Amino acid sequence: MTVVGTRMVRKEDPRLLTGEGRYVDDLVIPGARWLGMVRSPFAHARIGSIDASEALARPGVEAVLTGADLRDHWAAPMPCAWPVTEDMRNPEHFPVALDKACYAGDIVAVVVGESRTAVADALDTVVVDYDPLPAVVDLQDAVSDRVVIHDALGTNTSYKWELIPDADAVERAFAEATHVVSERYVQQRLIPAAMEPRGVAVVPQPHGGEATVYSSTQIPHILKVMLAATTGTPEHKLRVIAPSVGGGFGSKLDVYAEELIALAVAKQLGVPTRWTEGRTEGATATIQGRGQIQDIELAADADGKVTAVRVNLLADMGAYLQLVTPGIPLLGAFLYHGVYDIPAYSFTCTGVFTTMTPTDAYRGAGRPEATYAIERAMESLARAVGVGPDEIRRRNYIRADQFPYSSAPGLVFDSGDYEPSLDRALELIGYDDLRAEQAARRERGDTKELGIGISTYVEMCGLAPSRVLASLSYGAGGWESGAVRVLPTGTVQVVSGATPHGQGHETSWSMIVADKLGVDPDAIEVLHSDTAISPTGMDTYGSRSLSVGGTAIAMAADKVVDKARAIAAHQLEVSEDDLTFADGVFSVAGSPDKELAIQAIAFQAFTAHDLPDGMEPGLSSEVTWDPPNFTFPFGTHIAVVEVDTETGEVRLVDYAAVDDCGNQVNPLIVEGQVHGGIVQGVAQALWEGAVFDDDGTLRNPTLMDYLVPSPMEVPSFKLDHTTTPSPTNPLGVKGIGEAGTIGSAPAAVNAICDALSPYGIFDIEMPATPERVWQAVTAARASQEAAK
Amino acid sequence: VIPVAFDYVRAGSVDEALAALGEHGDDAKLLAGGHSLLPLMKLRLATPGVLVDIGRLSDLSYIRDAGDHVAIGGLTRHRALETSDLLAEQVPLLAHAAGQVGDPQVRHRGTIGGSIAHGDPASDLPAVLLALRATVVARGTGGDREIPIDDLFTGFLETALEPTEILAEIRVPKVPGAGWSFQKFNRRAQDWAIVGVACVRNGTTGIGLVNMGSTPVRAAAAEEALAGGASATDAAERADEGTEPTADLNASEEYRRHLAKVLVRRALEESGT
Repeated sequence: MTVVGTRMVRKEDPRLLTGEGRYVDDLVIPGARWLGMVRSPFAHARIGSIDASEALARPGVEAVLTGADLRDHWAAPMPCAWPVTEDMRNPEHFPVALDKACYAGDIVAVVVGESRTAVADALDTVVVDYDPLPAVVDLQDAVSDRVVIHDALGTNTSYKWELIPDADAVERAFAEATHVVSERYVQQRLIPAAMEPRGVAVVPQPHGGEATVYSSTQIPHILKVMLAATTGTPEHKLRVIAPSVGGGFGSKLDVYAEELIALAVAKQLGVPTRWTEGRTEGATATIQGRGQIQDIELAADADGKVTAVRVNLLADMGAYLQLVTPGIPLLGAFLYHGVYDIPAYSFTCTGVFTTMTPTDAYRGAGRPEATYAIERAMESLARAVGVGPDEIRRRNYIRADQFPYSSAPGLVFDSGDYEPSLDRALELIGYDDLRAEQAARRERGDTKELGIGISTYVEMCGLAPSRVLASLSYGAGGWESGAVRVLPTGTVQVVSGATPHGQGHETSWSMIVADKLGVDPDAIEVLHSDTAISPTGMDTYGSRSLSVGGTAIAMAADKVVDKARAIAAHQLEVSEDDLTFADGVFSVAGSPDKELAIQAIAFQAFTAHDLPDGMEPGLSSEVTWDPPNFTFPFGTHIAVVEVDTETGEVRLVDYAAVDDCGNQVNPLIVEGQVHGGIVQGVAQALWEGAVFDDDGTLRNPTLMDYLVPSPMEVPSFKLDHTTTPSPTNPLGVKGIGEAGTIGSAPAAVNAICDALSPYGIFDIEMPATPERVWQAVTAARASQEAAK
Repeated sequence: VIPVAFDYVRAGSVDEALAALGEHGDDAKLLAGGHSLLPLMKLRLATPGVLVDIGRLSDLSYIRDAGDHVAIGGLTRHRALETSDLLAEQVPLLAHAAGQVGDPQVRHRGTIGGSIAHGDPASDLPAVLLALRATVVARGTGGDREIPIDDLFTGFLETALEPTEILAEIRVPKVPGAGWSFQKFNRRAQDWAIVGVACVRNGTTGIGLVNMGSTPVRAAAAEEALAGGASATDAAERADEGTEPTADLNASEEYRRHLAKVLVRRALEESGT
């Protein structure tokens, strides 16, 4: 009996779907004081006097604390763990601004009160004397230093980072090229909009026991380290718990001002504190994703074989560097050649400050941006060469026999076979029929054009080999820990260093261990997300949990079986080599009476009455695993859109995705990740985008105006997969959490441009709103008229 | 997320509600389904001192055959309109459009009276009732008065209703067999229309526009053109005449004018002659 590979329904779901999940805001904490954040309404302003007298006079308000009031609590500024260059400029900033607000939403004071409502009413009565300064919302404007945001830095440029293995080769390739494609793409800012807003609660422990911190975070382990470093609280006296966490998409892979403030105020007042983000508040208070201007050039020979790619990015850091803000473009920096065998490579990136919410990781983090640029540019190349979008890709794919593939920018792709995913996706979507339908519509002058968009992607995930992270100046390792213990009565506890917030770790880890130990998955409990229960871990992001954390769990289970085998051999008085282990039972060939179940062995290990000499009691094991390489999932996505050329409306009418994440532990969970990922990527293409006005005010902070799509906006997806196991880990798995998001945005925009190609429209900025499409069509019609 | 503090009065009858309105005047707001008012309060854009909850007055929830028209109680939920056999037969445009309002949660809580009394130009039902030339009944302590729908909407989120009146009933002329169309152009199914068009053709043509000005408005010039014998295509070209659409994140004024023309043409084509 094997469980791995089956569509087991998630163990988490009955709890979550019946409202029994316990999120931070659900916690009952007697005596907790509510915190409210007074936030700057200006994107850029000097902070003058703060008059809290009216707020303090209100019922239920205990304190109003300014940046100066809290300054002594900070042992260090807000942390940035990824100084990408030695000379990177990182403006010192603290949880509560001291003299200047640098984005609309920056915290300038904290109201402490006995209830959430008391605090909400008091917030409006704190009078802050602002001296507004010019906002900086345009990346080109920012890099010009017309207005310098951080006085101490003297410039808005945070860093310049480059990856040019052989500059001469790139120059030569462009000089000798038959075709050169040169494109600019804009990655608009996105608001992560996790279903559960952020929240934090801090409960001080008596007698100098310091504090327990509950946070809606992806990274309780990293948060513990950072809380200690930034507040000077001894780390051994901090316990961080991430209870039920309702999604993150990277936005909860951060150390936030509110977490530090809640701890500082709890210490100062000696009472529990809590804060829950409002949805509109979170639109600017939580990090945003993307925010790049991408210039990409391709050099190709007469057949359309790409010989070089040259990329220059301008990346929006926002007002400050958060935990891994500067590193996000680097996560894509190695992948601008995509799935193609391109020998010459040049990548440069400039990170700039603006007076907007800080950016940071958002589902895919750097890789969706890279994939978008190369997959859009390949369309331009296909047009230049005069071949179809499928053919241009076939001519350039890294071939199956080239793996492990050493890429020009210096990675080793573990395994891959790209063309079969394209073949299968074309088959699933009915490509030839769609092309015929497209031609027929054009023939009859249909106002609704059909468009088909292809995107083949590869990503690097399984973050990550610690030594590679060191070479990128990342401030931590990429290992993960896991433990397996068989309890005296035969049931099993698994302790996970990876911390789920919607991914289904409890199910997947149970399946892996069930197979390893030969026990029922329901006899396994997965413990996680509490630093007192799971003391070590590097947490969950970057599609790393299964390939790194799941591998650690599998290895720990193997070690448990090894120990059980030694005990069985000892007690059955046979050699270990004579034992076979199946379905949880050790047996001896030819001696049917000689067998011992793993549950019985666990009890023996507990009593320790009869163990081999020198063996420690107990049947448990812990493994910390540092992978030797990234993993490289890939796949092909095809979007089909209908574009109403009268109104500009774009409807996604069909979608096929063929993903390869190596071996699948649970195809149901894989499909769920792909479904959500596709919608999130198509959302960037069609609906979402943070809109700031020239004053730096976010114009769409509510879910009425920021258009997160619902199931009503998308068709059912046609999914399939290929299976190319990863040699990087013993499970042969690669990761699937971000794949859908990475593959889908370029597929959708390629489809729109395919639909509008008769109009000579080959690019449309994301999100492709109806008005944008209508304007493009209107302008194209006008110029076609003029040409006649 | 947290509204400003307010007092709450639950009315046990229409008379109780009217009495509460009389007592508190401008400071009071009626609470029916709450799907327009409560979001505004949570954003602190509306700060009424007193909420008079009429949500449980079941005697204001009905859909009745009243001879030449259908009488609809002000507290009738969108879901009831959507699933009404009487409306499906006599005023299918209204039943259909009610099914396009918001999402299922909104339709199960929101009421037709609340939607009309809110006077939001982006709401679907005001435009539908304009097309249908409905009449609303306002009830006050002095009795009932009828207000033709064309006289109801007086400004942005303002109506001819007095602060002391309840929108008790909507009277919708029966139009069995009439051609009709409802064109709702939005980016997500649950959103308000960027522009919407309600059209009914029954000898004469009524066209109501969603989100084409500060109030729900009629496409008067297009209606006039059709009455004068213009083709659907020619009449649709005048769809935006006399309107003053606003610009927002979803659409510029120019784009709204364009959409109105396209959607009115489509509505007329779908309605038939």
